[in-house]
Amino acid sequence: MPPVEQLPSGPSGSRAVDGSSGAAGGRVPVSEASASLCRATEDPVWARRLIIGVATGFLGIFLIVPLVSVFAEALNQGVGLYFAAITDPEALSAIRLTLLTAAIAVPLNLVFGLAASWAITRFEFHGKNLLTTLIDLPFAVSPVIAGMIYVLMFGAHGWFGGWLMEHNIRIIFAVPGIVLATTFVTFPFVARELIPVMEASGTDEELAAITLGATGWQTFYRITLPKVKWGLLYGVIICNARAMGEFGAVSVVSGHIRGLTNTMPLYVEILYNDYNFTASFAVASLLTALALVTLVAKRVIGGKVEHPRLPTVAGDGVEREAA
Amino acid sequence: MKLKQAIFGSAAALFAITSINPPAARAGQKMLNVSFDPTRELYEDYDVAFATHWKLKTGQEVTINLSNGGSGKQARAVIDGLQADVVTLGLAYDIDAIAEKAQLLPADWRGRLPDDSSPYTSTIVFMVRKGNPKGIKDWPDVVKPGVQVITANPKTSGGARWAYLAAWGYALQAPGGSAAAAKDFVAKLYQNVPVLNSGARGSTTTFVEREVGDVLLAWENEAYLALNQFGADKFEIVYPSTSILAEPPVALVDKVVDRDGTRAVAQEYLNYLYTDDGQRIAAKHYFRPRLASAAKYGPAFPKIKLFTVRDVAGGWQKAQATHFADGGVFDQIYQP
Amino acid sequence: MAGMIRTTRRVLPGFGLTMGYTLAYLSLIALIPLSTILLKTEGMGWVRFWHVVLSPRVIAAYKLSIGASLIAAAINSVFGFIVAWTLSRYEFPGKGALDALVDLPFALPTSVAGITLTSIYAQNGIIGRLFVPFGIKIAFAPLGIVVALTFIGLPFVVRTVQPVLQELEAELEEAAATLGATRLQTFRRVIGPAMLPALITGFALAFARALGEYGSVVFISGNMPMHTEVVPLLIMTRLEEFDYQGATAIALVMLVLSFTMLFGINLLQRWSASRYAAG
Repeated sequence: MPPVEQLPSGPSGSRAVDGSSGAAGGRVPVSEASASLCRATEDPVWARRLIIGVATGFLGIFLIVPLVSVFAEALNQGVGLYFAAITDPEALSAIRLTLLTAAIAVPLNLVFGLAASWAITRFEFHGKNLLTTLIDLPFAVSPVIAGMIYVLMFGAHGWFGGWLMEHNIRIIFAVPGIVLATTFVTFPFVARELIPVMEASGTDEELAAITLGATGWQTFYRITLPKVKWGLLYGVIICNARAMGEFGAVSVVSGHIRGLTNTMPLYVEILYNDYNFTASFAVASLLTALALVTLVAKRVIGGKVEHPRLPTVAGDGVEREAA
Repeated sequence: MKLKQAIFGSAAALFAITSINPPAARAGQKMLNVSFDPTRELYEDYDVAFATHWKLKTGQEVTINLSNGGSGKQARAVIDGLQADVVTLGLAYDIDAIAEKAQLLPADWRGRLPDDSSPYTSTIVFMVRKGNPKGIKDWPDVVKPGVQVITANPKTSGGARWAYLAAWGYALQAPGGSAAAAKDFVAKLYQNVPVLNSGARGSTTTFVEREVGDVLLAWENEAYLALNQFGADKFEIVYPSTSILAEPPVALVDKVVDRDGTRAVAQEYLNYLYTDDGQRIAAKHYFRPRLASAAKYGPAFPKIKLFTVRDVAGGWQKAQATHFADGGVFDQIYQP
Repeated sequence: MAGMIRTTRRVLPGFGLTMGYTLAYLSLIALIPLSTILLKTEGMGWVRFWHVVLSPRVIAAYKLSIGASLIAAAINSVFGFIVAWTLSRYEFPGKGALDALVDLPFALPTSVAGITLTSIYAQNGIIGRLFVPFGIKIAFAPLGIVVALTFIGLPFVVRTVQPVLQELEAELEEAAATLGATRLQTFRRVIGPAMLPALITGFALAFARALGEYGSVVFISGNMPMHTEVVPLLIMTRLEEFDYQGATAIALVMLVLSFTMLFGINLLQRWSASRYAAG
């Protein structure tokens, strides 16, 4: 895929131009419009109440009830049992493994995200759309398949199984396999978050820096990184949450060795199967708390990023074209 | 080839980073027991006893890691490279599969230990709600219309395969029984099943915690364990007139122990199961011990007529091919 | 403008490095491992392949997975739109918290979601119990699968629709109102068409996500062959039966479906972008 040395006429090119011209157009919030028009463009009170009622009811049933019930189940045998459950050596080892996994997978995906978004937003080349689609791949691949492909690669009867056995290297049913599966499932997140932010920030300043004699790395550290740092952090936080919470893919490659290859989500399932429901929900509540922290962090950082939103396959086209 | 090297390189790098594990008893020997779901408590207990025994005998420390899961799932993991020194699974077929598909142990592994390599046995019993509201006494009651039966998927759960064969065997050996009658019987039985969990543990949770169903087809030991965990004031155990002699087997995984140099400790680990101590611990966790003298440590195991897989299905290989393989009798039940 | 961009492409450094790294990483982590599925299936021959993927049980699982995912995505489209509308148009106490909470299914591990939803929607759970008198079973029935898939797909529609709704030109609505359109007309003629592309994208995303879901579904579905067995579970079951080729064959069909989904979403995105720009 060689870089194309001219402005392409395809949609991705026009998007890049739109992006660099700045996405933050002057939106006039409804509240600032004149009062009379406001009334004409607003919904009747009854409709508003109904809609709010339906929305909060839906979210209440689907989000708040599950959220509350996790903590209720976790604490229904008392705080003592709760702390006993989460300080059990097996629980601690699951927590340690989960942290270790995230500590490896997230930085890997961070570097990947930076490289991919630099390549995609700063250069034109053939197959850019294909590359962007490929980055989205883990969104659409079932976690079970994600785990299975590593078994087919590194399992005893996989491509490299024989070689690995000979050299006594364990990938599957050991920590490396868990890290690999987690990395696969979470690799789009940083890239997906960075691409729109980087595209929106434009290249003028970087060009100026280069013209004034800065090296590529200097430009990157001094100009690009500060501009995209909030978007980057945002991506890292989401990536981290997913890395710590992955279940399906990790379940296939874990081997479920107690105290060794169980991550927290797997340990939740094991406790559940041990008829240890309270402990199971206790560990689940830790993961839920982590999810809540993630949501708060997203919100705080979200205010600093141009467009706080979920990194989705939808990408950013809709939004930026709207600006 | 360059690509392969690149993959090896990155894999090795990943491995190097992640192999820096918390120092979990580096000294002494380490071995892994890959087991099935209903033995969690048994082996947690047994591992402590065995570690003490091994220390007394050889002066060495031994750390035993334990992995639990559905029997078939565990066998799959061992075939794919889970480094089990010993396997203690739910049924012989799963260990046969390891021998056949991965050649990690010889095909005649069952003859290497006493009692066909099954140090303890169990059977399939009925667990019903307190007071037995549906009046379930024996197998014919289970297939009555309106009775909800909870059992796991025989395709993925070892325990569920025993349960299936127990029902099959009952119908086959009942007066006027035939293969056709037995097929009809199990078809009726599974029509009464509203939830097929993938493992025996999941079924118990469904029955006990979710309060779904009237009768749970359970391992005898699981039924006692559930009774203990959830209270005898909520459930009762009902013994049918006949059931199956479930023989969960154990085996040494030769290729693994020879490479890791753990043969001695792994062999002793299995032998010790047959001693007074091992049998006592098995009985304590509601498995029927082979040693009659150890039975007193468990509950009063009622003597009911027990048939074997060989009696009713001609052994595990045949049972698998006829009943559980793709397109077998079990699949036919669900064919529209 | 064009001249400047030409220069940009030449002056900024790092194309080789970042592109090379991106491709190498993608290949190592995703493409090469995914190709194992193709190769494994290739070994089985067409006859057996079709036999496996067209067997009644597999077809039933596909029907269930696709059907339940479609229903869940449809529910999410309706309610997701209402939620997005509420969050972007109205002020009410607790709005901020509710807005943040929309992403919960995204951040919550699926195993936690699974056991929690099961405990809530089982016949003795706090919500499931309410439906027992009507003879409606939620957990361990197809309905339970829909509930789980609705839960995990919820953020997708809301988060796709919300920004578009927020940025919808207020002037457009005002103009419509000034021209004498009723609120309903404004909604139907102005807001509706503008929202449609985003809504469809959100629907497609929720659907794609639901199709592959395993963790939360496995707890709440009854796992009955032909009845409540979803495709990812069937793949898992095949693996546990030591039937690798069967598992990969079913996975391949899934993968092709997912690829088509992704491609479709990309097209949709482009279509909606051009449509929006034009409208």
